[in-house]
Amino acid sequence: MAGASEAITRVHAAEEHGHHPPYLQHHFVSAEQQFDAAKLGMWIFLATEILLFSGMFVAYAVYRVWHPEVFQAASKLLDWRLGGLNTLVLLASSYTVALAVHYAQLGNQKRLLQNLWLTIALAGVFMVVKYFEYTEKFHHHIFPGGNYAYEGLQLPYVGQFFSIYFVMTGIHGLHVLVGMGVLTWVALKARRGVFSSEYYTPVEISALYWHLVDIIWIFLFPLLYLIH
Amino acid sequence: MATQTYAATATQPQAEINYLNHARGLKSWLLTLDHKRIGLLYLISIALFFVVGGILALLVRLELFEPGQTIMSAETYNHVFTLHGAIMIFLFLIPAAPAVLGNFALPIMIGARDVAFPRLNLASWYIFWLGAIMMLVGIVASGLDTGWTFYTPYSTMTGSGVTWVVLGVFILGFSSILTGLNFIVTIHKMRAPGMTWSRLPLFVWGLYATSIVQILATPVLGITLLLLALERILKVGIFDPALGGDPVLFQHFFWFYSHPAVYIMILPGFGIISELIGTFSRKGIFGYKFVALSSVAIAFLGFLVWGHHMFVSGQSATASTIFSLLTFLIGVPTGVKVLNWVASLYRGSIWLRSPLLYALMFLFVFPIGGFTGIALGTLGLDVPLHDTYFVVAHFHYVMVGGMFLSFLGGLHYWWPKMFGRLYNEKLAQLAALLIFVGFNVTFFPQFILGTQGMPRRYFDYVPEFTTLHQISTVGSWILSVGLLLVAGYLLHSLFKGQKAPANPWGAGTLEWTHTGRVPSPHNFDRIPVVTRGPYDYHLAEEIFGNGRGDGDSLAVQPSPSGQTQQPQSTT
Repeated sequence: MAGASEAITRVHAAEEHGHHPPYLQHHFVSAEQQFDAAKLGMWIFLATEILLFSGMFVAYAVYRVWHPEVFQAASKLLDWRLGGLNTLVLLASSYTVALAVHYAQLGNQKRLLQNLWLTIALAGVFMVVKYFEYTEKFHHHIFPGGNYAYEGLQLPYVGQFFSIYFVMTGIHGLHVLVGMGVLTWVALKARRGVFSSEYYTPVEISALYWHLVDIIWIFLFPLLYLIH
Repeated sequence: MATQTYAATATQPQAEINYLNHARGLKSWLLTLDHKRIGLLYLISIALFFVVGGILALLVRLELFEPGQTIMSAETYNHVFTLHGAIMIFLFLIPAAPAVLGNFALPIMIGARDVAFPRLNLASWYIFWLGAIMMLVGIVASGLDTGWTFYTPYSTMTGSGVTWVVLGVFILGFSSILTGLNFIVTIHKMRAPGMTWSRLPLFVWGLYATSIVQILATPVLGITLLLLALERILKVGIFDPALGGDPVLFQHFFWFYSHPAVYIMILPGFGIISELIGTFSRKGIFGYKFVALSSVAIAFLGFLVWGHHMFVSGQSATASTIFSLLTFLIGVPTGVKVLNWVASLYRGSIWLRSPLLYALMFLFVFPIGGFTGIALGTLGLDVPLHDTYFVVAHFHYVMVGGMFLSFLGGLHYWWPKMFGRLYNEKLAQLAALLIFVGFNVTFFPQFILGTQGMPRRYFDYVPEFTTLHQISTVGSWILSVGLLLVAGYLLHSLFKGQKAPANPWGAGTLEWTHTGRVPSPHNFDRIPVVTRGPYDYHLAEEIFGNGRGDGDSLAVQPSPSGQTQQPQSTT
């Protein structure tokens, strides 16, 4: 904390050796440059994430246009209450992670840490709900594609709906797990007092990532659960 | 300002600490965060894969020396040509120019100490190897016989190692994405004071456009190949018609990446050619802004033409017509580039060294590849030429004649800066000639074979085609001799080569004017302040002295008329 308040004045002399703030990497000229670079990098990475999901959204669109009645029928096998609960959980986690950034900017270590752990806990709740949803599906032999064997609904192409459901929510769930790992790493750093109002880049960019995970779900939920 | 670094290196040439010798041992290389060292790690890696892919290509040509079985069975042939394509594209062509030459040169060219994310940069190299090893495991365990395009439904049915290979390519994609992401952020955020967008060297513009394609297209390939792997593991039924899937959807997905991917391969090549022509004609690039922005235009238009791979796959006539028109459109920015390069050479003080030879060869063969591409983009002509050797020849004129020749030109250009040694120029020119002759003898007959109806990927053919196939095979031998010669004198130069001066070509970009013979670990003692464009020779006092008489001390041997030309480009 002590050195951080002087960081701004040092920025201009940062090329001179030995006067870097501890978090400033040698190849950056200033802390602002380092922060801007990290943030732009994360935005570009988010663009690649959206394109990764876009392939599945296109597959969804194609099969839904071809077989709308199958999608309607198959969607009824999904529990919209559990999906809705998970939507609320993720929205809440987006709020807590935004608060974490806010408190990091203010330099409030305690609140920062609280909100990070809260976000991770909410992500955990999401995964637990997802686990129950998946096991319930597997119990009824609702598997993707060619392995679909549910007696209650036999239609051609219903397997495709569940392929898309499992692949999209599965890859999304993987992103939630990765996000939990990243946020835990950030929280452990925060506990060591690494962050200050001058330096909170990892909090900010992992929060950006977490918002993306949230937004993807905001699209997945109505597209998969709420078809009428 | 500009001559400070020179004074420093000139007075104490012995005690020089550079990026090659400041730390020693295998560990200092494997854990390096230095963009220059990572570039060299990539160079060694891709050279290795190029040799493997090249040997496979020679085997393909040898098999086709005579009709019927010559040296291998039809099944083996399927594996060999698939591996040639997959290895050359995913392990050589895509990483070659950005990851080797881009990594080495880009940060120095814009006056930065490193890329924005050095650790990600090293990680991308490890991810590259992880993906490569997964690919190779699949190949060694059960081969690969689908062609590099992995078309369904065959790729979901075959017993060969498709699952491993596509997961390997999926991982390779991350390596490619991380490099592109790193470059975009570096170019946006790490430029030295005074390095405005209109003063960026054109290689940097080329890499910028390449990076856009890498980050926007590669994730789509990632999800496509992931779905293909899941198709085989879980039978998800998205692409496999036996399960109700749609194989044409796979083709759409695949080409949405793989057509832009050819621009990942060629755009950095365009950038290299601009550097070579700018440097060796001692003259600003004609229409700098058009050359720079045409790279970006190609990057964006490249996303809109994937359907021209599918004219005979059952896509609607309307879609085909639109894709055909867009394909013609992409010839415009490409043509702008070629014409501007020629105009840059016009009335320049041309200094004919091996890097420029490669650029001139490029100017000859690349338009052939480009124009035949336009021919293939016409709806009527594509139907008979589709899946014939005409396509093979077109593709190799673009990829080998375009990308590979420009890569070789760039390698010859930056070699003295990478290692501080000069190679044998006479041998380099001889090798360039052999490569040029070998390349054309190999691939030009394939245009003729294609128009006569020789299909691609066939291991057998009617006896009438024998002569042309044999000419092509002999050409592949000439090409190999040329490439072996290149490998020979480049390796020789590492140990016995004459020491290179800091700026042997009299180039005007920062990596030549503001670093020592071999760059120091952090590139610059002080971040340079840029006061002119990359090819503004009339403003480049540090290169020619501009009458102040210290031009000779830099050991530059500029063109016969050492004076600079009047500027033609940026202001």
